[in-house]
Amino acid sequence: MSEPTRSGRVHLSSLVRTWLGGIVIGLLILIAIFAPWIAPHDPLKQDLFSGLMAPFWLDNHDPAYLLGTDSLGRDVLSRLIYGTQIALVVAFIAASLAALLGTVLGLLAGYYGGWLDTVVSRLVEIWMAFPPVLLSIVLVAVIGTGLHSVVIAIVIIDWTRFCRVVRAETLVQREQEYISSAVSIGFERWTILWREILPNVLPLLVTLLTLEMGIAVIVEAILSFVGLSVSSDQATWGGLIQEGRQYVHSAWWVMSLPMICIIIAVLAFNALGDGLRTILDPVMRK
Amino acid sequence: MSFPFLLRRLVLVIPTLIGVSIIVFVLLRVVPGDPIMMMIPPGATEDDIDHLRQLYGLDKPILEQYLVWFSEVLKGDFGTSISLRQDVVELILSRLPATIELAVAAMFISVILGTSLALIGTFWSNQWPETIVDGFTGLNQAIPDFLWGLIFILAFGVLWPLLPVSGRIDPRINLDLVSQFYIVESLIRGEFSVFLTLIKHMIMPAIALALPLTAVIARSLKASLRETMTQDYIRMAQVKGFGPWRILIVEALRNAMIPTVALSGVQFNFLLGGTVLIERIFSYPGIGNMSIGAVIDRDLPLIQGLIITFAILFIVTNLVIDMSYRTLNPRVRNE
Repeated sequence: MSEPTRSGRVHLSSLVRTWLGGIVIGLLILIAIFAPWIAPHDPLKQDLFSGLMAPFWLDNHDPAYLLGTDSLGRDVLSRLIYGTQIALVVAFIAASLAALLGTVLGLLAGYYGGWLDTVVSRLVEIWMAFPPVLLSIVLVAVIGTGLHSVVIAIVIIDWTRFCRVVRAETLVQREQEYISSAVSIGFERWTILWREILPNVLPLLVTLLTLEMGIAVIVEAILSFVGLSVSSDQATWGGLIQEGRQYVHSAWWVMSLPMICIIIAVLAFNALGDGLRTILDPVMRK
Repeated sequence: MSFPFLLRRLVLVIPTLIGVSIIVFVLLRVVPGDPIMMMIPPGATEDDIDHLRQLYGLDKPILEQYLVWFSEVLKGDFGTSISLRQDVVELILSRLPATIELAVAAMFISVILGTSLALIGTFWSNQWPETIVDGFTGLNQAIPDFLWGLIFILAFGVLWPLLPVSGRIDPRINLDLVSQFYIVESLIRGEFSVFLTLIKHMIMPAIALALPLTAVIARSLKASLRETMTQDYIRMAQVKGFGPWRILIVEALRNAMIPTVALSGVQFNFLLGGTVLIERIFSYPGIGNMSIGAVIDRDLPLIQGLIITFAILFIVTNLVIDMSYRTLNPRVRNE
């Protein structure tokens, strides 16, 4: 008796989650695009006479700085708004490239099998033996800091997530009857891979991609926090956390505000990804 | 589990370690950036630079550098740290115990907490405790360990200052311990005040490290407990009139644990990797914190030594988990 209501509830809440996640991410995208118009101040402009001002809900705040200022007197709200740009650029570009690389390798390995599969699977295994955080820090130290190296580091580390899942799913799809019928009516292998298998792997891929975007936001924050992302005067959430950590005892809000931004962004990507998984999966949809 | 199996696993470790060492060695050398340039004082002459380059063997071809380095490594010599000018092995050994104590504490916390949450969620399934457990695991999927660390610093270090936020021990305490395993040694010697400060310093970083793994264990164990509870032997136990907690813990848990143990190998690796940032955030003097410093200073010998150390830690953890999996699972126990 309890089962049908339960699955009904799951479906409803996953729809709500998807919408909530989608709306929050849509808002973040708008904030990133319109940052120059929304931000009340120049995020890089220093004002050493008004350093570490409190946000609006605490005493001794300045109405000109809604969320207070950092130690160099830069407006925290504006830095958060501009930080959205970098977080989202990294999330979309890095996650898409990692998905592309992992999917191509996973499809080929799963469909053709043989030595190609052996090489790819072995590679994935070796990759998994490295601690991801340490690997990303070493990679960025090696490539040099900057936005492009953050993206490269995420792609190099996280392609395995896509590769493993896509390979496994391709193996399952390859054995399905519709594939043998496609082969028997003389479809080319490439056509089968592109027209038949890829569309069936796609729902899973969309979910993984969305979750990966959340991961990319975190990795970017980690690298900025360690001081290995974009140059330190550019506004990033991780950079602001790192700054705030240094004077957390005198101005705790500087560190907590960017943390809230990261948590909101990651929760939104996760909600969207989990929701899409339930909605796109025909078995769970029933 | 047999001895030959253990031996076979140990032999398999060697090519992995060699692979890791080659990748790291080549990666760090084919790229632009010169560690010598970072250590010379202003005004050094070309001769000084050449001399330093020879001293650290950086003037030879990569393959030769690797072979020289590797043959020294086999003798237990990882070279001298460029930035700290000390023996790499000594440096790492002085910091490793701190990381091991932290990681073991975190693993312990996550296993205990994760199992308790799974049991609670199963016992009161479809009631509010399960909702709370699900909410907790969902939140932990989104919030990584380093954010937890920062949240704890804010909450219990600043807004409600209960615990120290940095270091491993109060600097005012005069330590006369002989080993670097402070917690273990202070316990053995019965110095409880020292032990207490050590725990106070460790509790926040350890819980921060433990939370993501706690969520994974709670989720996976709850799922397999739910499945196990529908099996015939559990029905049998219910018919026999065993109490519900006894059935859950004594009968169901042991079988339900197997998939979770199999899964936890990779997850323990994430936890170990997590020490890098957590130690940095809490200024905790372990090898994770040291790694970031070494990377920023481009200290090649130290980075190589540290990554090999991490790789060995991963391999040992995985071996232990693999063996406990084999002991638990009757299907593979006698292979």
